[in-house]
Amino acid sequence: MDTSFDFEKPIADLQQEIEKVTQIAQKTSVDMSATVKELESKLEKTRAELYKNLTRWQKVQISRHPERPYTLQFIELMCDDFIELHGDRTVKDDKAIVGGFATINGETVMVIGHQKGTNTKLRQYRNFGMANPEGYRKALRLMKLAEKFNKPVVTFIDTPGAFPGLEAEERGQGEAIARNLLEMSVLKVPILCFVVGEGASGGALGIGIGDKVYMLEHTWYSVISPESCSSILWRSWEFKEKAAECLKLTAEDMLANKLIDGIIPEPLGGAHHDPALMAQTIKNQILKDLSKLKKVAIDKLVDQRIEKFCSMGVVQE
Amino acid sequence: MAWFKRDKKGIFTSTEDKLEAPDGIWDKCPSCKKPLHYQEQVDNLYICQYCNHHLRIGSKEYFEILFDENQFKELFPKLRSGDPLNFTDSKKYTDRLEESYKKTGLNDAIRSAHGKIEGQDLVIACMDFNFIGGSMGSVVGEKIARSIDYCIKNKIPFLMISKSGGARMMEAAFSLMQMAKTSAKLALLSKARIPYISLLTDPTTGGVTASYAMLGDINIAEPGALIGFAGPRVIKETIKRDLPKGFQTSEFVLEHGFLDFIVDRKELKAKLASFIRMMAN
Repeated sequence: MDTSFDFEKPIADLQQEIEKVTQIAQKTSVDMSATVKELESKLEKTRAELYKNLTRWQKVQISRHPERPYTLQFIELMCDDFIELHGDRTVKDDKAIVGGFATINGETVMVIGHQKGTNTKLRQYRNFGMANPEGYRKALRLMKLAEKFNKPVVTFIDTPGAFPGLEAEERGQGEAIARNLLEMSVLKVPILCFVVGEGASGGALGIGIGDKVYMLEHTWYSVISPESCSSILWRSWEFKEKAAECLKLTAEDMLANKLIDGIIPEPLGGAHHDPALMAQTIKNQILKDLSKLKKVAIDKLVDQRIEKFCSMGVVQE
Repeated sequence: MAWFKRDKKGIFTSTEDKLEAPDGIWDKCPSCKKPLHYQEQVDNLYICQYCNHHLRIGSKEYFEILFDENQFKELFPKLRSGDPLNFTDSKKYTDRLEESYKKTGLNDAIRSAHGKIEGQDLVIACMDFNFIGGSMGSVVGEKIARSIDYCIKNKIPFLMISKSGGARMMEAAFSLMQMAKTSAKLALLSKARIPYISLLTDPTTGGVTASYAMLGDINIAEPGALIGFAGPRVIKETIKRDLPKGFQTSEFVLEHGFLDFIVDRKELKAKLASFIRMMAN
C-alpha cells in the first residue's frame, strides 16, 4: 500500500473503484474493460488537474513523501559507475551526506547529496537526512578532491535542516556550513545543485552554492520549515499552511524571485511515481549544462557564480 | 471621570534620547541583578562593575568605544529593506519595519563605518540587536557585501561585529541567500589578503554563525556571549535532555576550537589595534 495524502483522496477513490471493477470482472468473467478504461482516463485527468493546482503546503508534503527517490537512488539510476567515498578525515563518516566519484555518460563527476533512509531503521541510520558538521566537512573534502582532478560537482539537496544536536554544536555546525559557502563560491570546477526534496535553510545551502541551482517541481527551499516558522511567528504548529504561503518556498516562487536558475519537471504525481524518468530528466539537464559550462573559462565561471549570489536581495536606497 | 483615563499611551522616548537620560537613572544588571547607575555604565563601557557581565549594546556604542575620538564616516547609511514577499504574520512586515525605524532611529539591523583605530584605518560593520532581533535580511547582507567591496578597493581591514538571532524570517529565502552572498564576498576579501576580524557578541546564532561570523581570519568574542548555530531551546527539544552548564557560551566555543580568544570590552580596542598593526608591518 503506497502512502497517499489527504488531498489525493479523489485519486485514491478512483483507484479503489478500478480495483473493484477489475475484481468483479475477474469473478464474473464479464468484459468490463471499457469501464476500466474510462475510469483510468478519468483517473489520469483527476491526477493532472490535482497536481496542476497544488497549494504550497501540499508541495511541501509531496517533497517529504517517504517513497521519493534520494541521492543514492538517483546515482544508481543515472550513473554508469559510482565509487562512494567516506569520512571527513577528522571525526567520522556522516551517514546523512553521501558522495563519491561517478560517471555519467562516460564523464566523471563528483556527486554529493543528502541521504534519507528508506525504512524506519535506515531513516535513523541516516539521521533523517540531517547532517552533522562532519557531513559538511566530508562534502567539502570531496569537492576539493574534485577540484584537484578537475571534475565537475553535482549536489542533491534534501534535508529538513542541519542537525541541531549537542555534539553538532561542539564540533562547530555553524563553522562547517560557513566554510562550505565560502569555498564553494570560489571552487574552480563547475557546480550544479538540485533541490530534490526539502531545502531547509543553512543545512541545504551548505551544499547549495552552484553555477546552476535547480529545484524539482514539487520541492521547497527556504530559510526555515513552515512548521518552525509557524511556531515562531504564531507560537503554534497549527499555522503551517499559512506559513508555507508566507514563505513563498516553492520552485515557482523561487524562480520568480530569481533565487534559483530553473525548475525540473517531475513525473505526474511526483518524483516517486517514476524515479527512473525523474533520474533521466535530471541526467539530461546535467549533461546539457556541463557541456555548456565546460566551455566557459573557469575564472569567469567563478566570477559569474559570485556575481549571481551577490545580486540576490531587495534593498531600497 | 476624565482624570482616571490616560489620554497619552505608552512611552514615546526614542532610544537616542534615552541614552542622554538625566543623572539618577538606574538600571539592573541582567546577570547579577544589582542596580547599575547609567553614567557609571557608560564610563565602564557598559560592563557590570559587579559581575563583569557585558551588557548588550548597539553600533552607536561600539563605534564610540572603538573609533578614535568617535570620528567616523558612515557607509551606505540609507539602505532600507524592501518587502519582496509581501510578508504578513500578526502584522505586515512593512509595518513592522516602520515601527522599528521609529523605535530605534536605525535604518536596519546593521551600520557600517570607516574610521581610525589608534591611527589605523578600519571599517567596522556592526549589528544592532534592537532592530528586529538583529535579524539578517537583504540590507544586512548588502551592507556587508558593499563594505567588503569598500575594504578591497581601499585596502582597509574589516571588522564585523555580529549580534543577531539569525536570518530574518520575513524575507525568507532572500535572507538565506545573504549567507551565500556575504561568504562569497569574504572569499574575495581573503583573496585580496585583507585582514578580516569577526567579533561575536551576545547573541550570535543561526544563519549569522553559519556564514560571516565564523569566517574571520581571527574569530574573537566577548565573554559570556551566547554563540551557536541552533538555538538552545531547539537543541534541548531535539536531544530531550538538559544542556550542560555553560553550553554555547563564548568560553565553550573557545574550548572547542572555534574562537581565537575572548576579549574583555575594556581591552577590545587595544587588542584590535595591535592585531591590525601586526598585519600591516
